Amino acid sequence: MDPVLLQADQLPQWTALAPALALALTGLLLFLIDSVDPDSSNPALLAAVATVGSLASLGLAGWFLSAGTGQPSTDGAIALFGDALVVDGMTLFFQALFASVTALVVVASYDYLHDRAYQAEFYSLVLFAATGMALMAAANSLAVAFIALELASLPSYALVAFLKRDSGSVEAGLKYFLIGALSSAVFVFGISLVYAATGSLLLPDVYAALSGGIEGLDGVAGVGIVMIAGGFAFKTASVPFHFWAPEAYEGAPAPVSGFLSSASKAAGFALAFRVFVTGFPVDVGIDWVLLFQVLAVATMTLGNFAAATQEEVKRMLAYSSIGHAGYALIGLAAFTGGAGGNVLGASMAHLLVYGFMNTGAFLFVALAEHWGVGRTFEDYAGLASKAPLASVAMTVFMFSLAGLPPFGGFFSKYFLFAGAVEAGFWWLAAVGAVNSALSLFYYSRVVKALWLDDATGEFELGGTPTALYAAVVFAAVATVLLLPGFPPVIETAQSAAAAVLP
Amino acid sequence: MIIEALIGFTFLAALVVMLAPDEYAGKLAFALSLLPVVGSLYMWAGFDAGGNALMAGSIAYQTQIDWLLLSGYQLQWFVGVDGVSLPLVVLSTVLSSLAIVSAWTPIDTRQSQFYGLMLFMEANLLGVFTALDFFLWFVFWEAVLVPMYFLIGVWGGPRRKYAAIKFFVYTNIASLVMFIGFMALVFNLPVSSFGLPEITQALQAGELSGFVGLDPATLKLVAFAAMFAGFAVKVPVVPVHTWLPDAHVQAPTPVSVMLAGVLLKMGTYALLRFNFTMLPDVATRPLVATVVAAVAVISVIYGAMLALAQQDLKRIVAYSSVSSMGYVILGLIAYTGLGIGGATFQMVAHGLISGLMFMAVGVIYNVTHTRMVGDMSGMADRMPITTGILIAGAFGYMGLPLMAGFAAEYFIFQGAFASTVIPSAPLFTAASMFGIVIVAGYLLFAMQRTLFGEFRLDSDYEVHRAAFHDVAPLAVLLLCTIALGVAPGIFFEMITDAIEPVVAVVGGGA
Repeated sequence: MDPVLLQADQLPQWTALAPALALALTGLLLFLIDSVDPDSSNPALLAAVATVGSLASLGLAGWFLSAGTGQPSTDGAIALFGDALVVDGMTLFFQALFASVTALVVVASYDYLHDRAYQAEFYSLVLFAATGMALMAAANSLAVAFIALELASLPSYALVAFLKRDSGSVEAGLKYFLIGALSSAVFVFGISLVYAATGSLLLPDVYAALSGGIEGLDGVAGVGIVMIAGGFAFKTASVPFHFWAPEAYEGAPAPVSGFLSSASKAAGFALAFRVFVTGFPVDVGIDWVLLFQVLAVATMTLGNFAAATQEEVKRMLAYSSIGHAGYALIGLAAFTGGAGGNVLGASMAHLLVYGFMNTGAFLFVALAEHWGVGRTFEDYAGLASKAPLASVAMTVFMFSLAGLPPFGGFFSKYFLFAGAVEAGFWWLAAVGAVNSALSLFYYSRVVKALWLDDATGEFELGGTPTALYAAVVFAAVATVLLLPGFPPVIETAQSAAAAVLP
Repeated sequence: MIIEALIGFTFLAALVVMLAPDEYAGKLAFALSLLPVVGSLYMWAGFDAGGNALMAGSIAYQTQIDWLLLSGYQLQWFVGVDGVSLPLVVLSTVLSSLAIVSAWTPIDTRQSQFYGLMLFMEANLLGVFTALDFFLWFVFWEAVLVPMYFLIGVWGGPRRKYAAIKFFVYTNIASLVMFIGFMALVFNLPVSSFGLPEITQALQAGELSGFVGLDPATLKLVAFAAMFAGFAVKVPVVPVHTWLPDAHVQAPTPVSVMLAGVLLKMGTYALLRFNFTMLPDVATRPLVATVVAAVAVISVIYGAMLALAQQDLKRIVAYSSVSSMGYVILGLIAYTGLGIGGATFQMVAHGLISGLMFMAVGVIYNVTHTRMVGDMSGMADRMPITTGILIAGAFGYMGLPLMAGFAAEYFIFQGAFASTVIPSAPLFTAASMFGIVIVAGYLLFAMQRTLFGEFRLDSDYEVHRAAFHDVAPLAVLLLCTIALGVAPGIFFEMITDAIEPVVAVVGGGA
């Protein structure tokens, strides 16, 4: 077995999976801690273990990224287990993203879960879901893709229904599960059709078989590719499989909503980027670039218009999250073969910035739920006078999501639209820009409620939940610093994306 | 490095003030804001640039550092000043300090946040007037909106929320339109950076290629229209001026001062830099020049007529800004040395005088709690000093010789009259000069009814003299106005030097 190049160190190849393994081991460790003495749970210990585990994963992914593991600067992508898994720049980029969102969510959950039962189970479910996501980013075979997708999804169903005495949470979990099961079936059937046409599950082999010509089976492969796209549309909450998202995000505990709408969505994109770019040639079976153009336009328009009509902050965020899935889809929609690296990389960078700003926004909602403030825009009125620091953070998230310049969201959106223009899809960028301008309307409603409106009732904020507050503030700082600090992010993302291109 | 130091220090000061206790916030903010004033005056003293920064002129205090690479385009931290931007930098720092002092009396809630936001806005304004890379400039440009939104929305008058949101939505959509217009140019040029000098020079070398069926000339026209529309909202010109009276009337006095004094100049500064320096061949087309000149004249006359119809002193001053900024547009489209120079000079002069007027109205309001012309008369008896300064400011507005407004308007009229770019330029100039008559009309009318005659006040407040710190900034502004009127050369020479290359491109005279 060839050694992995980590600067001067020589490690066995499987250690390239360390970021994913760290998450999995932490999940198991949490089970172990809970099994030793199931009756007495120690929330601080559990949260600390989960945090350390996800930070370790983040550190490993960051270290590998900077050391050039699996990237062109060393030996190129590392393929493991009969090429079923692959570790390259894109894998590590997304693993770093998942680990940072996971860390934010577990830190914030410490206060949110205060006094609730089954805390150890909660943390380990989060970490197992994160493990599934990390594997999704590394999947190089359709079989692994399916298994990783299920590993990420199954814990998510349970997490959404975690508040089992809350009928909203249970209903959300059920709805999520049913649609998830349906789309899994669609996805796996699509895989079987592609296998039938090409005789392989490994993405490079599928690509070779499809571009080599598959007499008479183009139609089969085409239907398979469309069905696989459906599976991704579910995971990324894109049209037409988006309608579970508002209910699930609304009913789920707010940290879980943040986790699902940023990390889980990014995982869907990680898989979609790799499967479509490395697995399916653009011109065989079906023109999937055209398919994603339709999906991107429909998703961002529907998400933004629906978000503009919401009365509850959490639902607004849920629909805006659908809108952002539409922006991220531009990465595939403006993909034109060899030149698509820039726009694909811009999509990845947008998902990273989105990971901070959107998770932060949901964590602020978690904070409001913790205080019992209420759910609608009116309920948030005047909150800034009681919680100025958190309100500043929420303002940063909202303006950044809208794509205003002083924040990270500006650059990530700009690069996305500029990438689309560069690839010749200026109309796609125009639709995105119009949607983005519209989004300012509903994002600024939150800011208006927080700062400008007078409180309708007296707030009694029950103390300051330190960990939750810290997570919110940290996400805000990261969102601001991602503007001046954008160069390494976009460069890493674009070079990682360029390396994936066939 | 002095520009970075100024911007960085002001950001830091904003943070410090934000965290300071409310009792000290105002004084602390003023003390901290003096350093940028000193810094900008130091920059002025050592100013050694020549020519136009965008047209291969030498740039003072320049820093150019690579920031990030955007698919072949190099974004830079690129700042520097030339004769057009330095006067506006000085105006920003001076007016910010004075506005902070003028806030001591009226602002009585959440002071540390208020002063922190004022300083935050100042830092971004400095960025707008010094940035020479499009992206850097745009980040600062948009970042100005955020503090303004809160300053109007939290501390404003009864309809503050409506005004704040209207301001935010109007100007933000305008920015988007402008952004798209500018990008349409850059993406079709063979440049590899967003540096404004590089883009300007490439445009003037005729390196623009067409885009999806548009030939370069049409593309330029479209980009010019998009950028003009975007900046026109900021200026504002009729008919996209409707956000301004709302924002002005609802904003607290110090915020109105910044809005009229500096923020409106962002629009005209950007017009000069982008539309009139980068695309002179579009601007000098007879049809375009006629439209722009007509818009300018309509803004002058219509703004003045609206001011004439108002009963609220603050609305009068607010609408008169629409009128004054119309002169600036007229001067820019004239494309003569005196026209564009006068327009730039008017940016500074109007900043000082409108700041003075808003502050004076604010001082009267602090004392009387009314701004309606019909509710008071004979204020001169009770507030002689404030009254004197207000009248002096009004004379400045009307263009009394030896005050900054006179010099600016004289240059503009002279320049516009001689313009070879505007078809039938003397006609447009003569029409716009009627604005002066209306200005004199509404200002004298308002002064007469509020300040003179027998004392009467329809409110229950005890009228007392204004505090020293209320009047002192007025006095400083008045002194600056007179200084610029007596010796326009303080700024005018460096301005002329910087706009000469712009005028030379179209072959316009002095």
